Amino acid sequence: MDRILFGDNQFFGVNHASDEKSREQLIKFKSNDSIIKILDLAKIAGVNTFMCTTHDRIANICEHIRKHPADYTSYKIYPCMPYAHKYANAVTELGIMGALKAYMPGNIFSTALKGGMAYLSDDHEKMMELLVDAEMKMFHGIETPVIFLQNVVTDLLLGLKAYGLLAAFHSYIKKKYNAEAGFITMNLPLLSNVLVNLGIKHPIICTSINKEGFRMSGGKCAYEKILAEKKNRVIAMQIFGGGFISPKEAVDYVVSLEGVESILFGASSAGNIQQTISWINKE
Amino acid sequence: MLDKKIRLALIGLGKMGISHLSIAGANPHVEIVGVCDTSKMVLTFLEKQTPFSVYDDYKKMIDEAKPQAVILSVPTKYHAGMIEGLLDKNIHVFAEKPLTLDAATSQKLAEKAEVLGLINQVGYHNHFIGTFLEMKRLLQKNILGDVYHFTAEAYGPVVTKAKDSTWRSKQEEGGGCLYDYASHVIDLVNFSLSEIVGVSGVELKKIFSKEVEDAVYGTLHLKSGISGILSVNWSDPTYRKMSTKLTVFGKNGKIIADATELKMNLNEPIKGGSYDRGWTTISVGTIQEPVGFYLRGEEYTAQLDYFISSIQNGIRSSQHNFRQGAKTDHAIALIRKAIH
Repeated sequence: MDRILFGDNQFFGVNHASDEKSREQLIKFKSNDSIIKILDLAKIAGVNTFMCTTHDRIANICEHIRKHPADYTSYKIYPCMPYAHKYANAVTELGIMGALKAYMPGNIFSTALKGGMAYLSDDHEKMMELLVDAEMKMFHGIETPVIFLQNVVTDLLLGLKAYGLLAAFHSYIKKKYNAEAGFITMNLPLLSNVLVNLGIKHPIICTSINKEGFRMSGGKCAYEKILAEKKNRVIAMQIFGGGFISPKEAVDYVVSLEGVESILFGASSAGNIQQTISWINKE
Repeated sequence: MLDKKIRLALIGLGKMGISHLSIAGANPHVEIVGVCDTSKMVLTFLEKQTPFSVYDDYKKMIDEAKPQAVILSVPTKYHAGMIEGLLDKNIHVFAEKPLTLDAATSQKLAEKAEVLGLINQVGYHNHFIGTFLEMKRLLQKNILGDVYHFTAEAYGPVVTKAKDSTWRSKQEEGGGCLYDYASHVIDLVNFSLSEIVGVSGVELKKIFSKEVEDAVYGTLHLKSGISGILSVNWSDPTYRKMSTKLTVFGKNGKIIADATELKMNLNEPIKGGSYDRGWTTISVGTIQEPVGFYLRGEEYTAQLDYFISSIQNGIRSSQHNFRQGAKTDHAIALIRKAIH
C-alpha cells in the first residue's frame, strides 16, 4: 500500500465535524469534473490511490479513468462497500426484505425467486458474495488491489459476533478479485483480536487514529499498544479527529506512530492537499 | 458497579433492534440470553451466524430465558401490550420510540414502572449527543437571558418517491413522519426547553406517501410560556441522512445545535461563564464522551450503557424514562387532534 491514500468523504457531503459544511461540500462537488479536478491535483502531488465508497457517483469517476488510461497508468482505487446510507434509508422505508429486493442485482434476484427466496436468504455467504459483486461492477477494468468492508458493516458483524462472515468476506475478495480484503472499523482493539483468532494474518485495517483519541473505542492507549505489536497493516483515518488540535499537530502525531502503514485523508482544495502531503512526507 | 452481568433479551430485530443487539453484544456488562423476531429470514441469519439463542415467540423467550431486562424494538402498535406484560414479569424495559400510540396508555405504563421500581427508558438517542446536552446545560444556566422563540427541525431522505407499503406507511401501526422523525424533534423540545402543552397552525403534508404524512409543520406552545416553530420533512433528498437542528432565540443571543456542532452568539458574556461575546462554535468531537464500542454514533452506545448501568446501580432516570416518553406522545396527540 502507498503511504498516502486519498479519501472521498469531502465529495459526498460526509463531514463529521459539521452538517453545515457537508451541505456546502455537496454543492461544491455537484459535478463529476469538480471531483476529477481534485483527484488530479492529488495525483500531481504524488497520491496515486483513491479510497472511496461505492457511492453511485463513483461509477462516473471510474468511467472517466477508463476513458483516459494514459492519465492514470499506475492509478489504483480501494473500494469501500457498501455505501451504507443507501441501504439504511431503504431499510427504514421498505424493511430488510424490501431493501434486499431493491438492491439485489435484478437477474440474480429473479433467479432466486425461481428457486425460492429461502434458498438464497439462508445462504448468507452467497448473499454477501452477490452484494459484493453488485458493488464491484462499477470498477471493472480498474486496479482494485484492496477492497474494504465499511465500518458500519464490520462493526455490526463484530457486535453480533458474526465472525464467520468477516472471514468469508476476506476469503471471497482473495478468490474472486485476487485482491486483499480490508476492514474499516471504529473498534480496532476488538476487531484486531477477532481477526487474529480467525487466523487472518496481517489483516489490513483502516481505523480512526488521532491525537485526540476521537472515535478510538477502547481508548487511545489500547490503539497505541496494538500498533506497536505490528500484527496488522493499519491505515489511519480521521487523523484530524474532532477538530480541536491544529492540522500540523494532527499529522505529526500520526506519522510518529510506527505501526501505521498508510495515512488516509481527504481535502477539497489544492492548498490543503499539498500542505498535508508535505507534512506527511517530512517525517 | 457490580460485576454480575445483566441478563438481557431483545424483542424485534429490524433496523434498530439489530443495531441494539450488536451494541449490547459488545457490552462487557451484558449477557444476551435471547433474541426474538417474527421474520424467518432474520432468525435464520442469527441462528446460523451468531451465538445468540433465537425465538419466534417472545412469551416463550421470557419464560425460558428469564431476562432481567428487555430491549423492545417492534412496531409501535405492539408496544403497549408487550410493555405491560414485561412489567408484570418484573422486567426492566428499554423501548424504542415513540413509547406507545396513545398518550394516556404511555402515562399509565410510566406510573406502573415507577410503582414496581423498574428501570424504564425510551430510545430518544438525541439525549446522549454532546451538543444537545451542552445546549440544555447552557439554557439551564439562562445564558440566553429571556428566551422568546425557537425553531425545531429535522430533514432527511426516507421517502423520496412513491413505493410499496410497509408498517411505516400505515398510521394506525405507528408509521408516518410524525411518529418517526418528528417524535425525535418533539422530544428534543420537551427535553431541552420545556414541556409542549399546546399546538397551533399544524399542517401534516403528504408528499410521496399515500396513507401517511411525509412532513409535519406547526407552532408548539410550551409550559414555560414561549412558542416556536416545528418543521420536519422526511422526503427531502438534499440531506444524506437525518439531520436534526434546534435553534433557540433569547434576548442575550442565540444557540444553534445539531448533532455535529453547537454554535452560539452572545450579546454579552454571562458572569462566571466561559463563553465570550459573539460567536462560539463547539464541535461535538470535543465534548462527546467516548464509548467502549462504536457502531452508528456514540449516542446509541451511550443510551444502552445508561440503561444497563441504571439497572446495575438502581438509578432511576427522570430524563429518559417512560414519563418523558409519555410527554412526547401527548404532544403527538395534540398535533393529531389539531388537524381533525
